[in-house]
Amino acid sequence: MSAGLLTVSPSPHIHTDLTVPQIMRGVIIAMIPALVFSVYNFGLGAVYVTLLAILFCVVIEYSIARYLLKRPASIYDGSAVITGMLLAFNVPTNLPWHIILIGSAVAIGIGKMSFGGLGNNPFNPALVGRVFLLLSFPVEMTSWPKAGATWSLDATTSATPLGILKDGLRAGDTVPELMNQMPSYADFFFGLQGGSLGEMSAFAILLGLIYMLYRKIITWHIPVSMLITIALMTGIFWLVDPTRFANPLFHLLTGGVMLGAVFMATDYVTSPFTHRGMIVFGVGIGVLTVVIRLFGSYPEGVSFAILIMNAFVPIINSYAKQPRYGSKSQRHKAYQEKLEKELTSTK
Amino acid sequence: MAMRLNKHKTFKTGGIHPHDNKLSAQVAITPLSLPKMVTIPIIQHIGAPAKIVVQRGDIVKTGQILATHEGFVSSNIHSSVSGRIGVIEEVMDSTGFKHTAVNIRVKGDDWEEAIDRTDTLVEEIKFSPKEIVSRIMEAGVVGMGGAAFPSHVKLSVPEGKHIDHLLINGVECEPYLTADHRVMLEKPKEIIVGIKILMKALGVQKAIIGIEDNKADAIEIFQQLLKNEKHIGVEALEVHYPQGGEKQLIQALLNREVPSGGLPADVGVIVHNVGTTYAVYEAVQKNKPLIERVVTVTGKSVKQPSNFLVRIGTPVIDLLIAAGGVPEDTGKIVSGGPMMGKAIADLDVPIAKGTSGILLIPKDEASRSEVYNCVHCGKCIEACPMGLEPYRLLIMSKKGNNKRAKEEHILDCIECGSCSFVCPSNRPILDYIRLGKTQLKKQKSV
Repeated sequence: MSAGLLTVSPSPHIHTDLTVPQIMRGVIIAMIPALVFSVYNFGLGAVYVTLLAILFCVVIEYSIARYLLKRPASIYDGSAVITGMLLAFNVPTNLPWHIILIGSAVAIGIGKMSFGGLGNNPFNPALVGRVFLLLSFPVEMTSWPKAGATWSLDATTSATPLGILKDGLRAGDTVPELMNQMPSYADFFFGLQGGSLGEMSAFAILLGLIYMLYRKIITWHIPVSMLITIALMTGIFWLVDPTRFANPLFHLLTGGVMLGAVFMATDYVTSPFTHRGMIVFGVGIGVLTVVIRLFGSYPEGVSFAILIMNAFVPIINSYAKQPRYGSKSQRHKAYQEKLEKELTSTK
Repeated sequence: MAMRLNKHKTFKTGGIHPHDNKLSAQVAITPLSLPKMVTIPIIQHIGAPAKIVVQRGDIVKTGQILATHEGFVSSNIHSSVSGRIGVIEEVMDSTGFKHTAVNIRVKGDDWEEAIDRTDTLVEEIKFSPKEIVSRIMEAGVVGMGGAAFPSHVKLSVPEGKHIDHLLINGVECEPYLTADHRVMLEKPKEIIVGIKILMKALGVQKAIIGIEDNKADAIEIFQQLLKNEKHIGVEALEVHYPQGGEKQLIQALLNREVPSGGLPADVGVIVHNVGTTYAVYEAVQKNKPLIERVVTVTGKSVKQPSNFLVRIGTPVIDLLIAAGGVPEDTGKIVSGGPMMGKAIADLDVPIAKGTSGILLIPKDEASRSEVYNCVHCGKCIEACPMGLEPYRLLIMSKKGNNKRAKEEHILDCIECGSCSFVCPSNRPILDYIRLGKTQLKKQKSV
């Protein structure tokens, strides 16, 4: 041992490799496939919007921490980068820079830092930013560029499949008629549809999900329970009246369902602690999404559904608890009787 | 955690899977050469310190009694060497506190005549249950898994409690440690006799040895030896920390849960460690007190990770030299395993009855990294083997809200360290839980 004292600290003396910066890096890596597909479909606008959102989020978080709260800047944990990326994933690729700046300011400033920074925000910051923009700039936020690799920044715009569906139904068309105007399911799966930057390709997002599950960053509970709920609920309506309701596959592959299930609803800070709680949370988001999509005035409801369920997380946490060791004997009379029997049978 | 295919049994509540790093698993036990000097603390166990019965200048033999137990929950302390008693003074032991200890200058190796030092296996158990317990008490046998609870106390079941199972803990769930593993490989027949002795003392008909499946060789040996035994079983368990905890082992093997604040005896079970079982065999059949034990010396940079048979009281430095010296990059030395062991500040700390290993941690892993805000990931809750909510206990203890913490069962915490291990924000969860527990215990005693 070279000169120097031994470190003395209480146990445990080893620690998992999965620390906050590692997790944040893992999430960023998981988002890259979706970004790549977006560049392929929408051109350089995707990169431009993503980089701008990341830059704004990081700078705003740094400024607030440094000059407003007067404490060390917390940008190195990588969470601001993720908020920026997720915000970008939720907006059209042709969004003007000043709207992105406003969105970032709302996401980081109001959604995150006003509550005390990382870990203290009740609502998903990126979604707070997105919903604020959606309500404030409805035209800019819903004019999506046409998918199909137009490598310029000003492309023609098109509607999303969900928008076509909603407007068509309002105009009195039936679902099978409207389906003929849509891209194929394969196009949906690989992302050749109109929509926000990172939400179109279910395939790319599923790659990200597999990566995050493999790294044990998230568990399957929230995405799977949410997707199954949406599939079941839309499936029931579809069976009841296929002329008025689209099939479950359509609902799963369009809009923000995949992005929401994998990246937005699984945010640690704003989702429940236990696996049981996560399932309740996922089911809740699924139900709300379907209700908004089928009966609400907005074509898409994932963002609202997640934000509403975020508000329920404290309640879910206080009910969906991990069973305590040793509580079994207090809970179940049957267990006690069985134990008694086991103990006396050998006497 | 989700899609694991369970081949073997394990406990159900929480738990973690740290890398097991059993570097010394294939290294046979070698006796360490006699030290020049031993320092034997008179408290190496849970309970009252023993009362010293020797004086400075006395000549003692190996195995001679140095201090007798004071009260029932206490343990005899024997000389592990022969030689002359030196100063009796306060010495820092592995807990970091100072305790009275007897220094002995080693001269020769002259054993008490009554001790059978041969290797012959003595299978026949001649003693009555009462005699067994008293021999175990005389020999100063304590739990060798780490907690060092006097074994005779565990064997004296309170009236009204009926015991139907003896569980033998061969789990060794702490990463790095291999002492129990080696004892199981090298002394299986003795351990089986030890089990029979314990069964006789307790009057139970069933015993199960629980071994994690990263020790397949040990499982196989016991399965072979116990082929014709109806009353003793072997159960392979999935590698899962902290399975070696009494409560977790009971849940894993019998699917019973010890009630909050209760003892294993409340659900009809007594648990003993394999190392202790071997010490019981030696105490009862060979009349040999607990004066030596197997200690693993290990670490990523250690030249020769080893398992040594060490006399109690040997300074840690002797073991480190025998294992190839202290590596340049050592930043922390831990007495015990990496999850529950205690960091020592001094290389003269003596090996005690409960010291299962010495772990050398390199500098880059020795200090804790930056602490972030709690991100509410829930990993500590999923990891807690007692089903507690560690992140909340931390907040309560920090605020001094001990009453609330007690209502949230802070006293159920077994201090396994799983919460601190998994916390991605490096929060000092267990540190604060310990603080809260200590404050509660202080309030109680006032």
